[in-house]
Amino acid sequence: MADVIPYNREEKSAQPPSLYPPYNSTVLRAPKQPLVILPHTLSEVTGPVYGHGKVLPVDADLTKQHAGEPLGERIIVSGRLLDENGRAVPNALVEVWQCNAAGRYIHARDQHPAPLDPNFSGAGRVVTDAQGNYKFTTIKPGAYPWRNHPNAWRPAHIHFSLFGPSFINRLVTQMYFPGDPLFAFDPIYQGIPDVKARERMVSRFDMDSTIPEWALGYKFDIVLRGRDATPMEH
Amino acid sequence: MSKTRLGQTPSQTVGPFFHFGLPYEGDSNLISGDAQGQRIVVEGKVTDGAGEPVPDVMIEIWQANAAGKYDHPEDTQDKPIDEGFHGFGRCATDKEGIFRFHTVKPGAVPGQGNSLQAPHLVTFVFGRGMLKQLLTRIYFEDEAHNANDPVLGLIPEARRGTLIARKTNSATYTMNIVLQGEGETVFFEY
Ligand SMILES: [Fe+2]
Repeated sequence: MADVIPYNREEKSAQPPSLYPPYNSTVLRAPKQPLVILPHTLSEVTGPVYGHGKVLPVDADLTKQHAGEPLGERIIVSGRLLDENGRAVPNALVEVWQCNAAGRYIHARDQHPAPLDPNFSGAGRVVTDAQGNYKFTTIKPGAYPWRNHPNAWRPAHIHFSLFGPSFINRLVTQMYFPGDPLFAFDPIYQGIPDVKARERMVSRFDMDSTIPEWALGYKFDIVLRGRDATPMEH
Repeated sequence: MSKTRLGQTPSQTVGPFFHFGLPYEGDSNLISGDAQGQRIVVEGKVTDGAGEPVPDVMIEIWQANAAGKYDHPEDTQDKPIDEGFHGFGRCATDKEGIFRFHTVKPGAVPGQGNSLQAPHLVTFVFGRGMLKQLLTRIYFEDEAHNANDPVLGLIPEARRGTLIARKTNSATYTMNIVLQGEGETVFFEY
């Protein structure tokens, strides 16, 4: 079998280190030994391929998963999944999860004394279309406190999990909202070395995808690692 | 090609609250119906730099089927796809930091050049306190080809054993994942 076409490596200024002491829990969870540099083999450039079978329309609308409407500001989050060369990543699974408008997760371990919303669970899944587009409807999540340091608060965010064309494209990230005053105090956001790269995690308000008298639109494009040739071009 | 690249989207931690968003029914059982090959359990405990179990990480594995074929278009080997086995699994650790997959033993797969890679599971660890996921591999101690595996060969000999699951029962293999400290698991830059 011919050699595989490797993917680009991690962009060091855009990706966080494992150890970032201002985020306390990295201190005992970051490896101390040097990482071993792995050439990409068939094991890395392959990965799970998704059919559309298990993803239902209701998975893309987090406001329709219960009998009533959840409280909060209804929003539509959409964007494109691309690689570094600007190629669309089609048929990719996008998983999202978030807290409710009051900043509370339905998770049993969330101790924040803010109310649960019986009409909001906060988890969704969508598959990108042939042009790499995805879209889901939800409510704007609230900020919430955590115990990393005194008076620590997370900026409002939606968690994203993405599968690209290979397993090493795997990306878990968080989408933020423009102009959040908590960015300056958040060690998770600040853990990204390059200020410009941090801003890639911030969605932008988009009037074009805003639906009159219904929901505000936010755009969030996501860029996975690419490679300089595709198998077909090779 | 010298096109300007788009910048990569940064990685962020999966956080402590992924359990209602990512795990799904049957996620750690890779076998459906009549998958070919030897059925095995792969399990282990995840511990941190204090030696404490880590109860809130998620492990994902990707592997070839029993014939050594990945269910993916870029695997062009003349080997059969197995309709009962697609090769992806996900498992959140329990209160004791334990993960457990029900799968089949993968076959050997091609490596760089004309090399052959010993059977292995590509393994990611995601967790709170991890701004990005860690990549490792799980090999099997009863595979003679481990001695010639090109990736194990990249690792200093004293640390190779951290990627080799021990056979702890007739069909159970155990590999603990030590995130930091004594016996630290080898993680890859990829
Ligand atoms: Fe969160």
